[in-house]
Amino acid sequence: MGKKTYSFFPGCSLKASGHENTQSLLKFCDMVDIELEELPDWNCCGSSSAHSVNHDVARDLPLRNISLVPKGQPLLIACPSCLIRLKQSFLGLKNDGNLQKKYEQDWGRPFDPGLEIIHFFELFKRIQLKAYIKDPKTRLKGIKVAPYYGCMLSMPPDLRNEPSHYGLMEEALSSLGADVISYGYETQCCGTYLSVAKPKLSERVVTQIISRAMDAGAECLVTACAMCHLNLEIRCALKNPIPAFHFSELLSMALGAENQKKWFPKHIVDPLPLLKQRGLLKS
Amino acid sequence: MIALKKGHGELARQIQERSGINFNACLHCRTCTNACPFVAGMDYPPNALLRLVQMGMEQEALESSTIWVCVGCNTCCSFCPMAIDIPAVMDSLREKALATGVKIAEPDIVSFHDEVLKTIEKYGRTHKLEIMMRYKLKKRDFLSDMGVGLKMLKKRKLDLTPSRIKDKQALKKIFKKQIKQHKIDKQ
Ligand code: SF4
Ligand code: SF4
Repeated sequence: MGKKTYSFFPGCSLKASGHENTQSLLKFCDMVDIELEELPDWNCCGSSSAHSVNHDVARDLPLRNISLVPKGQPLLIACPSCLIRLKQSFLGLKNDGNLQKKYEQDWGRPFDPGLEIIHFFELFKRIQLKAYIKDPKTRLKGIKVAPYYGCMLSMPPDLRNEPSHYGLMEEALSSLGADVISYGYETQCCGTYLSVAKPKLSERVVTQIISRAMDAGAECLVTACAMCHLNLEIRCALKNPIPAFHFSELLSMALGAENQKKWFPKHIVDPLPLLKQRGLLKS
Repeated sequence: MIALKKGHGELARQIQERSGINFNACLHCRTCTNACPFVAGMDYPPNALLRLVQMGMEQEALESSTIWVCVGCNTCCSFCPMAIDIPAVMDSLREKALATGVKIAEPDIVSFHDEVLKTIEKYGRTHKLEIMMRYKLKKRDFLSDMGVGLKMLKKRKLDLTPSRIKDKQALKKIFKKQIKQHKIDKQ
């Protein structure tokens, strides 16, 4: 099968602190015949900070990224917050002729209304996992996992028509044999940057999320956002919290990737004892 | 009892124009407030904030902690029966609060945003370590949270050197006016 190429926007969270997320994501894509080409010279999407204090910058930062995408390639965005920023900017551009003129002037490229901007979940839906795994049910067998989405499924009203991904991780993980735990806090926001400026507030929500998952019997959490992952790891006030995986880590593991040794030592809460106990990691 | 001031509709008009959101459709059903994970840190819950704006209570709205504590997680608006984009309203209120120079209820949050923007202006990407150091320096507080910082350094979750973009001209185009530190008087 020929490989399909996607333009890849990692975003600052993956680039600077979610190394294990990036590596496992690249590995997973490689194993399912998808080639990711990092968007050349991409810049930060502006995140919540630009939105909070400087609107012009918040508008312009994502637009430069959009202008960098090679024609014909879909743009894969790893971070859910960057995704919303870029999608909203793209929509704004599509609906505003004057902004299109400015865009073309600023970045010297015609606006391409056909550009496809997608999240990893959308890419995942296009993959037939079964084509790559013969015995899927055995791959994550017996592990009790609590999926955690944080705010990534909550869309602002102008993006309400975007595809919804409720239940995606649940479905994927149970198809791989995992025991999926539901605990009611799957979509509670982790607090993002309040973790820095209001640590007590984010400690409160993170501890609540993890305690509920543990009460419901979870042995680990799984998230598809590097920012959530970091907050789950650094803001939990429990003495012995359960580890949290990146969705891409579990998927690559299920496909038989062998370079986890590079990923797991980057976790603050060590997931190795659990994986060994469940017999999911060879020595 | 609240007496509406003359011209009380002006604030709502401005914020509506700037944000493009018609929050007069709000039913005050409080769905947003019940859904918001951070109400505990706000002085006015989200729907009450909309009420303040509707009634033209400018000072209360702009000096509220709510507009800064809101992280824009979209939880409220994904449940709102009237599809009101509350975080977009918050954006406009923050902008107005900074422009009018009112007392800022959460100076730490503003100073965090400023530090983030400064690293983007410099490198085109954020640099977490520098943001943290400068933020802490400004707060004159290095001790709280040391443990977390060290853990992150040890696990290489705080890169020492920034990742930066090559096209400096592009940054100049985006940051036409240099990012200035917002002057905030501590209350
Ligand atoms: S959920 Fe919507 S309609 Fe209900 S109080 Fe909040 S903003 Fe108003
Ligand atoms: S967007 Fe703001 S107001 Fe709405 S739920 Fe999130 S933090 Fe609360």
